[in-house]
Amino acid sequence: MNKPNTYRGGVDEDGHFGIYGGRYVAETLMPLILAVEKAWNEARDDDDFWAEFHYQMKHYVGRPSPLYFASRLTEHLGGAKIYFKRDELNHTGAHKINNTIGQILLARRMGKGRIIAETGAGQHGVATATVCALFGLPCIVYMGATDVERQAPNVFRMKLLGAEVRPVTSGTGTLKDAMNEALRDWVSNVEDTFYIIGTVAGPHPYPTMVRDFQCIIGNEVREQLPEHEGEGRLPDSVVACLGGGSNAMGLFHPFLDDESVRIIGVEAGGHGLDTDAHCASLTGGRPGVLHGNRTYLLQTEEGQILDGHSISAGLDYPGIGPEHSWLRDTGRVEYVSVTDAEALEAFQLCTRMEGIIPALEPSHALAHVAKIAPDLPKDHVMVMNMCGRGDKDIFTVAKHLGVGVTEE
Amino acid sequence: MSPGGKTRVETRITRRFAALKEEGRSGFVTFLTAGDPDPDTALDILLGLPEAGADLIEIGVPFSDPMADGPAIQASSLRAIKAGMTLAKTLDAVRAFRVKDDDTPIVLMGYYNPIYIYGTEAFLVDAKEAGVDGFIVVDLPPEEEGEFCLPAVAACLNFIYLTAPTTDDERLPRVVENASGFVYFVSITGITGTKSADAGEVAGHVERIRKASGLPVAVGFGINTPEQAANIARVADAAVVGSALVKVITDNLDADGKAAPETAERVLVRVSELAEGVRNA
Repeated sequence: MNKPNTYRGGVDEDGHFGIYGGRYVAETLMPLILAVEKAWNEARDDDDFWAEFHYQMKHYVGRPSPLYFASRLTEHLGGAKIYFKRDELNHTGAHKINNTIGQILLARRMGKGRIIAETGAGQHGVATATVCALFGLPCIVYMGATDVERQAPNVFRMKLLGAEVRPVTSGTGTLKDAMNEALRDWVSNVEDTFYIIGTVAGPHPYPTMVRDFQCIIGNEVREQLPEHEGEGRLPDSVVACLGGGSNAMGLFHPFLDDESVRIIGVEAGGHGLDTDAHCASLTGGRPGVLHGNRTYLLQTEEGQILDGHSISAGLDYPGIGPEHSWLRDTGRVEYVSVTDAEALEAFQLCTRMEGIIPALEPSHALAHVAKIAPDLPKDHVMVMNMCGRGDKDIFTVAKHLGVGVTEE
Repeated sequence: MSPGGKTRVETRITRRFAALKEEGRSGFVTFLTAGDPDPDTALDILLGLPEAGADLIEIGVPFSDPMADGPAIQASSLRAIKAGMTLAKTLDAVRAFRVKDDDTPIVLMGYYNPIYIYGTEAFLVDAKEAGVDGFIVVDLPPEEEGEFCLPAVAACLNFIYLTAPTTDDERLPRVVENASGFVYFVSITGITGTKSADAGEVAGHVERIRKASGLPVAVGFGINTPEQAANIARVADAAVVGSALVKVITDNLDADGKAAPETAERVLVRVSELAEGVRNA
């Protein structure tokens, strides 16, 4: 493939990144998608829209999140200097709220009075329920019935925030089915509903819109790193985990055209890529069409979509944002995977070394950092996105470590 | 000059609509999922459809994630996949049908991914050879027509575009620009089998779609009873029934979810009742 002039050029006018992306939706939804695109194009060029977004980011979310030098971990690994972008310190405990604030501001601008969302682990559901409470809008969250069972604390959080959580039993009752059900809701309630998608996937303009909200992560890193490393210093590498890929895109995108920056995305390898139990669509899947876009998917030889497996419910999605698929094929970003066991080990290492309990999602990124940092020179600056905190995961971790902890 | 529908492709579909026009009546279109509840029973049903009164047959290609479908068709899709149904085997069923019937038009309806994975070029060749006349691919709106819809028409097959209540007058000409065979009007804002179409509202939409496309208009998604089918047949060129037929399969499975001896017959009886509703409209 020829090297493009820029990796940050966005999409063509029909929403494609190379062969990926697009608008593969039923005609009933097409006019709604076009309306979101039109409203987004106008909002994106409106200084007042961004002023309100940044006001909420600062005063409600608590941004900028710190860029933290993990000195003990760096010393322990004995190679590259490791920085954490502390997005786990955001209100609601993850990067998800950057996007839900942005989309609810757009929904209000469009005069939509009813919000729907899909959620897997419940983080995006909580972030959506939170902004709906903030702006007083009714909120319906679709969540796979299996996930409702597994993620009881987040289900309760959403209910406390005033959201209605609808368990999805269709298909296999997981995140992909929750997204199907949210799309079915949208088709059935076309007049008043805005669908807040939780990641850089779905039909155009969602992948670019969500990316643009999450880019606040990478943009802050660019501003913050010189405080630690001197004027004009860029990271030598940036690392993030991927489920749908929104936190990774938010960190990566501002650095895509800086050739000196090595960019690494870490997928959930589950029990290993040589098994059926993983969620590594880019490293273990192939291109297909689902949920409004063409992208790498876990699927059978006949094109039926498979369920993924990961210890981390937030990475448990059989697809990936289409821009990541394009970045994979162009070779600009390296995509790797780490297993459940490796992530679990990194979780414990970080907790003991840095006093930070990471979510299982960034524990995947951290596991890869621990693999490569020791062999890198001591002046190599590596930034990893700590995209969520691990309080939600302590029961899962206890179970895997064979420790009895009750939720009561 | 007739608006829209630039490409005139003659298929069993266009011939059948011409014949219906001569007869002065609307057509009855059945939708059933290929391989539901198992490939053998599904083939028995398929072979019996023309005699039971189907003027045009839509065969649903099973997909794991049918986003535009309600619970009945979702369940039928999963049953068929579990019973080993694939896109290639769907074409085998069409071949078996064509041995017996070379006149009744067959439209494959489904989602894009199985076709994309099969390979669009190979699929068009194989589908045509098997005796398929046209395609409805729910998640290929005109914005994504370049890869499969236009090549299908170039291969002298019909690609049936969907229109919806949300398709306004400004957008409609674009949607029917490359339409051929007929245009499908999704009569409700919703998923299949969950709401009932209002014949009065449908009439207005059918009129504007006919005008924009110059093609016959079939109406589906919200038709469940012979009476509803008759009401729609009075205002449209064809009425499509899917979920209501699929539910007959669901209601006639044994305790293990397998086909019973009477399953196929029950479905065909329901087809006759609906067909009669349309014929007497």
